[in-house]
Formats: sequence, C-alpha cells, structure tokens
Amino acid sequence: MPLSLLLLVLAVLSAFAYRFGTGRARAIAPGRQQATLHSRPTYHGFYVALWCGLPALLVAVAWVAMQPILVKGLVLAGLPDSYSALPEARLNLIWNDIRNLALGDVVRAAPAPEIQAAAETFRRLYTIGQAALAVLCLVLAPLGARYAYGRVSRDLRARNRVETVITVFLVASSLVAIFTTIGIVLSLLFESLRFFGKVPPLDFLFGLHWSPQTALRADQVGSSGSFGAVPLFTGTLLISLISMCVAVPVGLMSAIYMSEYAHRKFRAVAKPLLEILAGIPTVVYGFFAALTVAPFIRRLGESMGISVASESALAAGLVMGVMIIPFVSSISDDVINAVPQAMRDGAYALGATKSETIRNVIVPAALPGIVGGVLLAVSRAIGETMIVVMAAGLAANLSFNPLEAVTTVTVQIVTLLTGDQEFDSAKTLAAFALGLVLFCVTLGLNIFALHVVRKYREQYE
Amino acid sequence: MSEMTVDTPRGGAGTRALVAAGIGRRYRAERRFRLFGLVAIVSALVFMVLLFVSIVGKGYTAFLQTEIRLPIHYDVQTIDPQGLRDPVEMRRANYGKLYRDALHEMFPDVESRGDRRMLNGLVSSGATFEIRDHVFADPALIGKKGEVWVPASDDVDMLVKGNVDRNSPEHERRMTDKEIAWIDALAAQDRIETRFNWRFFTQGDSREPELAGIWGAVSGSFLTMLVTLVLSFPLGVATAVYLEEFAPKNRWTDIIEVNINNLAAIPSIVFGLLGLAVFLQFFGLPRSAPVVGGLVLTLMTLPTIIIASRVSLQSVPPSIREAALGLGASKMQMVTNDVLPLAMPGILTGTIIGMGRALGETAPLLMIGMVAFIVDVPHGFSDPATVLPVQIYIWADSAERAFVERTSAAIIVLLTFLILMNAAAVYLRSKFERRW
Repeated sequence: MPLSLLLLVLAVLSAFAYRFGTGRARAIAPGRQQATLHSRPTYHGFYVALWCGLPALLVAVAWVAMQPILVKGLVLAGLPDSYSALPEARLNLIWNDIRNLALGDVVRAAPAPEIQAAAETFRRLYTIGQAALAVLCLVLAPLGARYAYGRVSRDLRARNRVETVITVFLVASSLVAIFTTIGIVLSLLFESLRFFGKVPPLDFLFGLHWSPQTALRADQVGSSGSFGAVPLFTGTLLISLISMCVAVPVGLMSAIYMSEYAHRKFRAVAKPLLEILAGIPTVVYGFFAALTVAPFIRRLGESMGISVASESALAAGLVMGVMIIPFVSSISDDVINAVPQAMRDGAYALGATKSETIRNVIVPAALPGIVGGVLLAVSRAIGETMIVVMAAGLAANLSFNPLEAVTTVTVQIVTLLTGDQEFDSAKTLAAFALGLVLFCVTLGLNIFALHVVRKYREQYE
Repeated sequence: MSEMTVDTPRGGAGTRALVAAGIGRRYRAERRFRLFGLVAIVSALVFMVLLFVSIVGKGYTAFLQTEIRLPIHYDVQTIDPQGLRDPVEMRRANYGKLYRDALHEMFPDVESRGDRRMLNGLVSSGATFEIRDHVFADPALIGKKGEVWVPASDDVDMLVKGNVDRNSPEHERRMTDKEIAWIDALAAQDRIETRFNWRFFTQGDSREPELAGIWGAVSGSFLTMLVTLVLSFPLGVATAVYLEEFAPKNRWTDIIEVNINNLAAIPSIVFGLLGLAVFLQFFGLPRSAPVVGGLVLTLMTLPTIIIASRVSLQSVPPSIREAALGLGASKMQMVTNDVLPLAMPGILTGTIIGMGRALGETAPLLMIGMVAFIVDVPHGFSDPATVLPVQIYIWADSAERAFVERTSAAIIVLLTFLILMNAAAVYLRSKFERRW
C-alpha cells in the first residue's frame, strides 16, 4: 500500500473515531446532562481520534525513516564476501545500481548476477516492509481508538489531553525554523570542510583563477582545476553595483514622490502597480534580460562603436536593478513615513520648499533607515540567481568593465551542480563552499541591516 | 540649505530681497525634484510595460500551430497486412510511411533522396503518432482515404508565422528556396493553416518545439505546490500561533524570532543546496521528485507565512481574547474558536502570496534535479517531474527559434496563474479584512 493511501486511510479511520467518541460522550450524558461532563463531547471525539491516528502515524514515520537503512544493511550483508571489503564510495555506487535495478530505473550496463540477486532481495524486502507497515498501522489505529473509546467517561479530562497534544505540535512546528537553519549551516559547513580538505581555504578565498575542471583520471594533463574564487566575487559585486545604481535612485525617488507629493488616488494606483514588479518570477526577468535587453545593449554599443559582450554584466545588472526597485521603494517608504511630521512642519515654518525639506531634513533624518534598506537590497542582489544564470556569462573574468561578461557566485553554484558528476568531486563540493560564502555574506548583511533599521525606528518611536 | 542659513547683518528688507531673488531658482529646483520623482515611477512602470509587451508579443503566436492537411491513404498493407486487427502488431506498424507517401503523391516530381528527405521534413515527426492515434480511435479507417491535419515542423511553423525572412540569402535561413516553394504550393491548395495549439496545453516536454507542451510542467508544479501547501500552511500557522499566543517572552523565543527573520532573507539557492545535501544525499529521496521540491519550497515559504500570520494575529484586538477568557474558555479554546477565525483572512492572504512566490521559484529546484529533460507527465509525488518556471528556463536555453515563442507562451501561462493568485489574495483582503 503506498504511503499516501495509508495516510488517507488513517485520516478516514480517525474521522470515524471522532464520530464514535462524540457519540459515546453524548450517550453518557444525554441532553441537558451534558454539563456534567468534564469536557464537551467534541473533545472526547478528538481524544479518540488522536488515539486512533497518532500512534499509527508515529509508527509510520519511524518506519519510513528506518526502513531504507535496514533494507540497505540486509541487502549489502547478503552480497558475496568480495563486496564487503570494498571502500565506502564503491559500495554506495553498487547500492545505487541495486536500487535502480529493483525500482525499474535505467541501469548502466548488464548487471552482474549477484547484483541482480541483491536487487531481487531488495525488492522482496521492500514489498514486505511496505506490507508490514500497512498491517501494523491498520492494527494499531483501531486498537488505539478502542482503548480511548473505553476511557470516555464523565470525568475524563479529554480537553486537557487534546490541548496538550496541540501545544506539543505548536512547539514542534516553531522548532522547524531552527532546524532549517541548523540544517543549512551543517550541510554547508560539512561539505565545505570536505572541499577545504582538497583545496586550501586561502587558495579558494584569495586565488585569482577559477576553472573548476577536475581530472577524470589521475594521469590526465592540464585539468587539475583551480578554485580561486576572487573573479566570482568581483563579478558578483560588479553586477550588484550596477543593479544598485538602478534600484537605489529610482526606488528612493519613487518612494519620496509617493509619500510626499503624490495624490492619494495616484498613490492608490501606482503603488500596487510598482509592487507587481516584485511579484514577477525571476526566471521571467532572466528571459527578458537575455533575449531583449542584452541584444539591445549590444546593438546600442555597436552603433556607438563600442564592443559589448553578448552576455554583458550591464544587461543582467540593469534588469536585476529593476527587479529590486519595489524592494528599495517599499522600505524607503516605511522609513520616510516614520520621520515625525513635526520635523517637516519645522522646515516648512522656516520657509523651506518641499524639495528642500525632503533633501535637507527628511532624507538625512531617514538616512540610517534608508542605508539599512539598501543593504538588504544588496543582499538580495548578491543572492539573486536566475537573472544572472540566464543573462550573465560563465567565463570567470577578473574585470570591472560592465560591458564584458563576468560570472557570479550563484551562476557557478548552478553550473557546478546541474551537470552530471559524482557527488564527491572537488567540483561539486566547491559549490557548497561558494554557498557557504554566500550564506555568510547575506546573513551578515541582513543582521547588520536589520539592526540599523531597528535602531533607527527606535529613535523616532 | 545654504540659502536659508546665510546670516547677514542687513535688515528685514535686505533679507526679503535676498529671498525674493532666489525664489525663482528655488521653485525651479522644486519642480525639477518633483519631476525626478515622477520620472522614477514612470520609468519603472514603462519597463514593466515593455517586459509584458515583449513577452506577450513574442509568445501569443505559440498558442497557434501551423498544421498541414494531408490526404492520407490508410493502407492495409502498411498498417495491418495480415488483417488480424491485433493491437500489438498494429502499434508496431510504420505509420510514418503513410504521411510520407501522401507527401510524395502530392509532389511526384521530387526524385532525389535528399530532396525527399527534405520534403518529409516539412511534417513534424509527431505526425506518426497522431496518425496512429486516428487509426486506433477508429479502426474502420483502415483501407480508406482521409484528409488529416498533422503538425508542421518547427521551421515551417516559423516561416508561416513570418519569423523567417524570405528575402534573406538562402544560406542564412533555415529554410531552403525549395522548401519555401513546397510550402507555398501547399498553401495555394489551402492545405496549410494555423490552428489552435492544443498540444501546447496537453503534452509534456519534447525536443521538437512543435510537439512540446507545458502540461507536464503544470502537473509538476501542481504536485509540488500541493506538497508545499499541505506542509507549510499548518506548520506556518502553528508557529505563528505559538509565538504570538503561547510562547513565554524569553531568550529561547527571541532566538526563534531572529531565526525566522533571517531565514526570510536567505537566498533561495541556499535552500536548494540544503535540499540537495539533506533530502537527496542524507535521506536518499528520489531526484527530480515533486515531493522533494515541495519540501524545499516549504522551508523557503515558511518564513513568509509565519510573518504574515503573526501580523494578522496581532491585529486581532485583545478585547476579543479577554472576552473569551472571561466566559471561561481555556487559552487553547480562545485561540482556536475566536482569535484564529478572525485572523484567518490575513493568514490566507499571506499564504497565497507565499505560494505565489514558491510557484515562481526556480533556483532551488535546479539544485535538486528538477531541471532534467522529462517527457512524461508526472502522476505521483515521487515521479520525476519539472515545474513551470524550470520548464521556462530549459526552453530559454534551447537553440531552436521556435522555442522562443514557446518560452514566452509558458511565461504568459505562469504569469496568468500568478495574477489569478494575487487577485484572489487582494479579493480576500478587501472582502474579509476588518479594521478594529
């Protein structure tokens, strides 16, 4: 029985259990006697339903987590002795073959007979496991329901029990965010450490040459791979800088116009329209940048006699800047609105025009908040992937010329990981090291920016 | 502010003259500044309009597909020489020969092998399967003749749609003069027509642009979004409820809060790396599967939903809570019966917005292998699948000219979904949101 079907059956059983539970509670205290129950009948229903569904669900989760490990152990133990001496990596490859063979996927070549036998064992164990799980769950669910049903009585503190379970669920969900962060940090760190075992960290952070081709065979010439990430960092910075040159003036000026000049009606139309820019998927921007903006810039350059690379940093940066406009403008809007009206009134009273007030009073007063917002925008630009993957180049040029093709950290992560290669090569591990750098930089920027913005808000509250 | 802070010893009249002298310049500066603001907004909006116009302009033609009407003779010798009507045997028959024969009959003077191959190339290779499907739908056709519309190849499609310049030198275009002459001959007999491209909406991916469709990607997106919604909505709401209503204010909950805010700002591709390392490598879940995509997107969407839900919960006035508690409700009853229903419109709006972001997300899904070339339409959560934005990425990378319009058309479909979702969010907000 597939897992989804099993879960569905459990849900249906729990629904029945709920009906029985409430019915039983109502039968114990019919009509006006209901007040003599400790908990209302619905809570008795939930109590029985939880006893029906929860134990079976927990068993199912544990089973699904454990089964692959057990099956792997059993299948590998069943292989001839010559296999058990193999190193871990080789064994994992063989294991993949067995699994693909058993699940009917494509297999490289004609498999050896013992592999085929192992695949057969795998398939048998797998089927047995699924069947056993289904039987176990379908026995546990009615048993639990029966037990809870028997306990339904006037004095059963069903509400408290149910609420305890819900509280546990609430606490557990709030931990998911923590576990996500831990998962990110551990996975990045773990793989990066393996990468730094092969490439020294200093070479990675300060090396000037990036060509992540590793040798397939030990005797191959000229492809030892070099992992100096400086060209990627400069490329990322260049594209982010271009995008900021677009996003900051346009975003800031539109925020100022919206909050200080615009008529209420104009604002009501223009603001949501501007927000649409933030909702367009980045892959759409990437397509537009690669297909429309880049050729346009190239033709423009040609007509002026300047040679522009077809994957210039300028095209990617411009489009990314447009994408970030609503982000900058909405943060600036908040920040500008937080400046006390008294400061504006003071400037007006001194005879300042509106633009003088804005330039000399409001913007300086809002500057920390705006800076914080811009930093958040920078961290967005650094982490943005699809636009640069589609519109920026792959060649790691150490250049600050916006008309040349440069590559970025995110582009390299994608190219390193979307090809076909084994997981343990320095090439794939390098992607995790780049990811770690990306994570650290954006996290640092965010923490700093949020700190600045919060400090600023406190100042005027 | 220099013009205002000049501290002159002159009397009132002198100052007034100074101010009056500068006032024209200052008002001009004022108007200029105001204009800059307007220009900023207008240029952003103009860019947006350009983007939409360019994509719709490139993409709308993909909803039509050039088809060729061929007089097919359903030859018994080719389809079912023994006359057994055995489906297995009939499936193996060479249906491609039928349309090639029809083409040859129409252009009997095409003799050389190369030319005949070129002639056959006018029709998409998918015609083979469509003719077969006709036969299987109506076996009575066998032995008869009939006019059949079959898809033209992508080059013909581009020529008919006017994307190939007929006047350019022959070697610069993908169509030779001969092919263009054949097309014109067919068109003169009313045998060429652009018809509604139903394949685009019902087929999976294909290497042939004229056969490629988005149904596989749409199904993949649907399955992925289903997983994301089922996981992220309860988890997000539960976290928000816990942090807003139950959590003690201490260091621990502070950490959780800071954590959620930071997660919201982590680049999406890092979530992809997490998915690759944890779900694929550690837990051994299948590559390219909607369930893994859904898990990754869940982790990515959770912060959005949590933050929106918390704002929504905060906006429920304390008097409601106190009234519930005053009537003897437990804290949990207060939350589930009173606070949550009142906060639900805001929570749903936040969820829809989060789901919209997840639907348009591409980068993390590339990391977990959803970028593979997958022809089959996925039917389960662990079938290999791709999603709509990734399909757009794959097509955008393809060399064929015809894929440009397919890509744009897929973008139109994706944007339509997003607009619908956002409209639903706006509607929910305006319909149900209460100001206290």
